[in-house]
Amino acid sequence: MAELKLTNVAKAYGEVTVLSNINLDIKTGELIVFVGPSGCGKSTLLRMIAGLEKITGGEFTIDGDRMNEVPPAQRGIAMVFQSYALYPHMTVRDNMSFALKIAKKSQAEIDAAVAKAAKILQLEPYLDRLPKALSGGQRQRVAIGRSIVRDPKVYLFDEPLSNLDAALRVATRLEIAQLKESMPNSTMIYVTHDQVEAMTLATRIVVLAGGGISQVGTPLELYERPQNEFVAQFIGSPAMNLMAGEVVETGAQTRVRLANGGEAVSSVPTLAADMGMKVNIGVRPEDLLATTGTPIFKGEVEITEALGEVTLLYFKRAGGEAQVVAKLPGIHTDVRRTTVALGADPAKVHLFANGISLRHR
Amino acid sequence: MSPALQGLITIVIGVGGCVAYFYFSNLFLDKVLYPASGPNAGRNINRANMIRPWLFLAPALIALSVYLAYPVVETLRLSLTQRVPGGGYVWVGFDNYAKMSGEPKFWEALRNNMLWLIVVPALSTAFGLLAAQLSDRIRWGNLAKSLIFMPMAISFVGAAVIWKLVYDTRPADQEQIGIMNAVWLAFEGGPLSVLFLKIVPVLGLLGFAFAVGLMAWVLIRPLVRPSGAAAGLVPLRILGAAVAVWLIWVALRAAFGLIGADLPYGVPQTWLTIPFWNSFFLMIVLVWIQTGFAMVILSAALRGVPEDTIEAAIVDGANPFQIFFKIKVPQIMGTIVVVWTTITIVVLKVFDIVFAMSNGQWETQVLANYMYDKLFRANDWGVGSAAAMVIMLLVTPILIWNVYNARKEMR
Repeated sequence: MAELKLTNVAKAYGEVTVLSNINLDIKTGELIVFVGPSGCGKSTLLRMIAGLEKITGGEFTIDGDRMNEVPPAQRGIAMVFQSYALYPHMTVRDNMSFALKIAKKSQAEIDAAVAKAAKILQLEPYLDRLPKALSGGQRQRVAIGRSIVRDPKVYLFDEPLSNLDAALRVATRLEIAQLKESMPNSTMIYVTHDQVEAMTLATRIVVLAGGGISQVGTPLELYERPQNEFVAQFIGSPAMNLMAGEVVETGAQTRVRLANGGEAVSSVPTLAADMGMKVNIGVRPEDLLATTGTPIFKGEVEITEALGEVTLLYFKRAGGEAQVVAKLPGIHTDVRRTTVALGADPAKVHLFANGISLRHR
Repeated sequence: MSPALQGLITIVIGVGGCVAYFYFSNLFLDKVLYPASGPNAGRNINRANMIRPWLFLAPALIALSVYLAYPVVETLRLSLTQRVPGGGYVWVGFDNYAKMSGEPKFWEALRNNMLWLIVVPALSTAFGLLAAQLSDRIRWGNLAKSLIFMPMAISFVGAAVIWKLVYDTRPADQEQIGIMNAVWLAFEGGPLSVLFLKIVPVLGLLGFAFAVGLMAWVLIRPLVRPSGAAAGLVPLRILGAAVAVWLIWVALRAAFGLIGADLPYGVPQTWLTIPFWNSFFLMIVLVWIQTGFAMVILSAALRGVPEDTIEAAIVDGANPFQIFFKIKVPQIMGTIVVVWTTITIVVLKVFDIVFAMSNGQWETQVLANYMYDKLFRANDWGVGSAAAMVIMLLVTPILIWNVYNARKEMR
């Protein structure tokens, strides 16, 4: 049971401001993912919530109580670190019971909590082992177990999967999802730079960029209705194609003449005053389709990457334009070095003016 | 020729000789003895590679056997012989050892060595750890560390001279130049004197006795109350417990002696002539020197403790003391053991400080100075060598353990 509220939270190291104007409401039972490029401050924000970094501006409350000055142990949070941070000289059992011993809980209580966590995480056979005798995935589970035994209001995960290999990462991601499922009332905050983790785990995603929040929303909201070009390109892989153009027809549907000679129709409505406005259209690679009508883009395929279920087509760059990528279902290696014309459903064409989505103005 | 020039020439010849040895012997092996050409090239390369390590090891092996292995064997031989007046020697078996064990001075030296062995490594490591931890996060920490480390650069004799001045005594009507007496004369028998000279030291001694008692209990517990875990090393445990009991007795005797003592306030003391306590005044010198060593090594080890385990402990609610004793210290336990045993070996060999400050008088004798006394003053090479063998016997197990731990640390 925990409601977290961040109001105008900021972080500065001396003169350098790394985070500012962070406003966020987190409700009980949510799994919030902080995602963003390296150096965007997502880990710093998590550590501020944990109490490991000082909050230099604004207010942070849990269930209405101001937490800015409360030491980490009294915030009711538990944290899982990127490198597990297990105490190497303690057995799994001692690692998990350390916090409870510090809190002077009775031995019976400690044993019960450890046994319960070990059962959830299937760590029972390993309780008397030292961390060095465990595999990476098991160590990660111990780190999670160390959090569970404390029964915290809020779980914090700092890139917990980034030290695992690809196969284990998928398995552990699923375990975390199951863990969340088994504790529906626990609030979790999860930091990652991996958008797949963000999309699969999150109740809501917080995209951080440039020292602030770029957009907050459910994974599908971010995917379908990005508020700005940054989010549009950050979520989804390969990134959304952006092409410069000019509005030539307004109304319920907008027609844009593109600098590359193509023409795009978007279902985003525009006003008459927008006529002639410089905009970028955005189309996801998976939304581009071969067309016989007026194409959005026409170009020569330079490279194909066949992944089995889809094929990625990389088009030759024209001048200073960004490379256009299309993702077509099935295998299409034969289109290499041929010229392909691409169009898209107007509902899938996004419009951005000055980096901001026109759908959201 | 100027001595500086001589020194320079020695260095050039020494270093040049080494380089020349390795270069030319290697060249000889590859080009003349087993050339990597001709019909047997492959075989020759294999043979050369088998010989090469020995070639490179040879100087060290020869130096070690001439200056280390041979003296050990020779000392063992000498300890079993006795000089005959007018030249020559006779085999006397273990007579020298028997003679030595009949001398009270030998037992005094052994007892003092035991005290040194426990007090100096314990205090040096404890102070070193404290200094390393306290100087870790402060801006002038590095300056403090340099100052604490500086005594390491002073020879033992130099340190002894410095501390002789600290303990210096002048007749009562003259001005005292020793710090100890200056401090001592500030006490005049009031309540503060009782607090600092009786209550605090007695509490310290009792605390020490209690700590040793705990350690003895930890050693003995598995023997008394057999639990699931097997209790190995039974003789070692009993020996350790016996030493602990002796230490408790020493500490309690000193504590009660201090309570009953009628302290001569206002009279300058000749510190180095006060039996029992003077050994500690000498130990302080070595602690002063070795703390810097312990601090530097432990400081590096503390920096190596992963930051996130400390943060995890903070989140777990540990206070700074718990973080230090339950998270940091256990993680650097291996290094602490290495530092401890390294200092132990230095302590077992301690000679210069005792020689320069008290020369073993007033019950401050230690084994190395006892050996020197017998060997070079009494000209009794038999008993002197026997004493040397005793020192070696004491050092060897600690040395082996030290090397074992150091290698474990490196892995």
